[in-house]
Amino acid sequence: MLVAGVDVGSTQTKAIILNENGETVARGMVNTGANVVKAAEKAFQLARQSAKLDEWDVAYIVGTGYGRYKVPFGDTQITEISCHARGAAYLFPNTRTILDIGGQDTKGIRTNDKGEVVDFCMNDKCAAGTGRFLAAAAEVMGISLDELGDVALRANPEQDGVLRITNVCTVFVETEIMNHLSKGRKAEQILAGVHQSIAARSVSLLRRVGLNPEITFTGGVSRNKGMVAALQEKMGMQINVGPDSQFIGAIGAALFALERAKARHEGEPTAKELQA
Amino acid sequence: MSESKFKYQGVGREYQKKLLTAWNDRLQSAESEGRKVAYLFVPGNVAEFLRVFDFELVFPEVNALQCGVRKISGDYILKAEDVGYSPDVCGYVKNDIGMMLAGNVGPSGHKIPKPDLLLCTYCGCTTFIKWFEALAHYYDVPLVMLDIPYLRGSVIEETDRQYIVQQLKELIPLCEKMTGNKYDHDKLVEITKHAAEAEDLWVQILHSAKRKPSPFDSYFEAVFFMAPIYILRGLPECTDYYREAMKEIQERIEHGVGPIPEEKFRVVVEGPPPWPHFRSFWELLKRWGVCAVASSYSKVGGFWDHGFRHDPTRPLESIADYCLTCYTNQNLAMRTDLLKTYAEEYDADAILIHSVKSCRSFSVGQADMREQFIRKWDLPTLLVESDLADPRYFQIAQLRNRIDAFFESLEHKRLVHA
Repeated sequence: MLVAGVDVGSTQTKAIILNENGETVARGMVNTGANVVKAAEKAFQLARQSAKLDEWDVAYIVGTGYGRYKVPFGDTQITEISCHARGAAYLFPNTRTILDIGGQDTKGIRTNDKGEVVDFCMNDKCAAGTGRFLAAAAEVMGISLDELGDVALRANPEQDGVLRITNVCTVFVETEIMNHLSKGRKAEQILAGVHQSIAARSVSLLRRVGLNPEITFTGGVSRNKGMVAALQEKMGMQINVGPDSQFIGAIGAALFALERAKARHEGEPTAKELQA
Repeated sequence: MSESKFKYQGVGREYQKKLLTAWNDRLQSAESEGRKVAYLFVPGNVAEFLRVFDFELVFPEVNALQCGVRKISGDYILKAEDVGYSPDVCGYVKNDIGMMLAGNVGPSGHKIPKPDLLLCTYCGCTTFIKWFEALAHYYDVPLVMLDIPYLRGSVIEETDRQYIVQQLKELIPLCEKMTGNKYDHDKLVEITKHAAEAEDLWVQILHSAKRKPSPFDSYFEAVFFMAPIYILRGLPECTDYYREAMKEIQERIEHGVGPIPEEKFRVVVEGPPPWPHFRSFWELLKRWGVCAVASSYSKVGGFWDHGFRHDPTRPLESIADYCLTCYTNQNLAMRTDLLKTYAEEYDADAILIHSVKSCRSFSVGQADMREQFIRKWDLPTLLVESDLADPRYFQIAQLRNRIDAFFESLEHKRLVHA
């Protein structure tokens, strides 16, 4: 039996297909763009294609993320808060706190030993401290988003000093960066400041739910090594991050799908049987 | 609800509308018929005292919330911002200023009379002072400040009480001069008697939410049911209203029905509603079978459910007590304890805080409240944020996400631990 989770985020849409042992069979990712329905279909299609699967091979699909209600082929919808908790507990079983930094959202989630959500907090009405903040910095500095973290890690605070980015607004941070550039500050020094600023915001959000180890970092920004380093420095502890960290929401959704598919009445025909 | 079974459903809302229309008609004709008009705020209002002199009463917050419900507050807020009010200023204030600049026609289409007296009871909300100072400037009318000491503990200090009583006595000559009506103590006794009767009935309705399922939503329905006790308290028609409304609740109790088809979660709600998106907000919660069994907002005009009544045997002193104990005049620790007590009394599953971006008096400390509920008392608490009057702050996708995630996890826990 195969199941899928489709996580339609504000910036990227991720799909994961799991087998009945909960092992990842395939993954797909596309930019969400303006057409949410298409993005969900495309990500799911990419995942299926990579494992040469037909749509009807997948017994149960859970949609998650902001666009979860726009997953037309989904059997049910579950919020990404529950899905991140589930996925994080699966990949890192000792997870008690999750930091998810996505395109427009930063979430702190407290979980128990069963991967259930105990409490959560999110940024409100403001994109400071989210992926969008980094994207704004990348754009004004003419550096690609993927290189951003590596550039920040090249900073040498002992030689150049620490630069604090004090702006808390994603729009006005561009002005602040331009001001630093005009003063001849180095790109790595500025970007280190940007990463530290986001780390400080994220940690204060996490403190609202409790900073209990182990901490697992999820979402698109978890791919950024500079961000991982800045967070670890700020928290004074290691954080869990893995190659599938960006897919944790989709993995959690697929795990819920697996649970529900198994719970389905035995006599009930699957989608594939109905199609036949 | 089939018609044959139910005789009184909808009475609470319909009768309330009728009373509000009559009140608006009276306000509209006040100026031409020579009746004097006092503006006052809902929290800690001294309506009973002013009724002795036959003042017509205008409550600017009531106008503002009605503009919100009718989705016209956004335009008024922009009008106020046009003349220089900052985006951070209270949405109610800007709505009121904008409405005044647009000709002071109320949300129901009635002309709102100019004030002859602005009576500000300062009960913990500093914005009230600035609001009436602005109106005093625009209308060029006297502003009287009634200084209410901040409540420092659960016991009312006699000196605080007498301080307010003395201020009321000092106000008598001004009211007499303005209206030409003499202060009549017997009349005040009669008015406070009516107030106490209505308060008794209102408390019965509020307490009915202790039942399972609750016959009444103490937030989304209470905001309609509470209007008469705020604007008509002290008048016999207010008591009549609660007698009729009680029949509706009684009928629901008899048939075991409530405001939603199936009550799944019982919550205590803190904070004023997002008026311009009131329905949408309610729908987001109805989907999860959420019933508000108690709320702080329904007490913003008075704390009767824990025993306070206007008292005809000591009318002025009881008015003072009423001012002192109002919700905005209580400190954070008292407010937090109160919500926790409600959660126990009403056997609630969770606390929902609707934080208002432009309201300092309600919102300050709510994040700390949330932490205390969760960490100290293990009470699941959700904090969401928008505004009471400014429609720009209501982001439905974000709100839905938080509400869904919260009740999803409560539901999951319930299933797992069942």
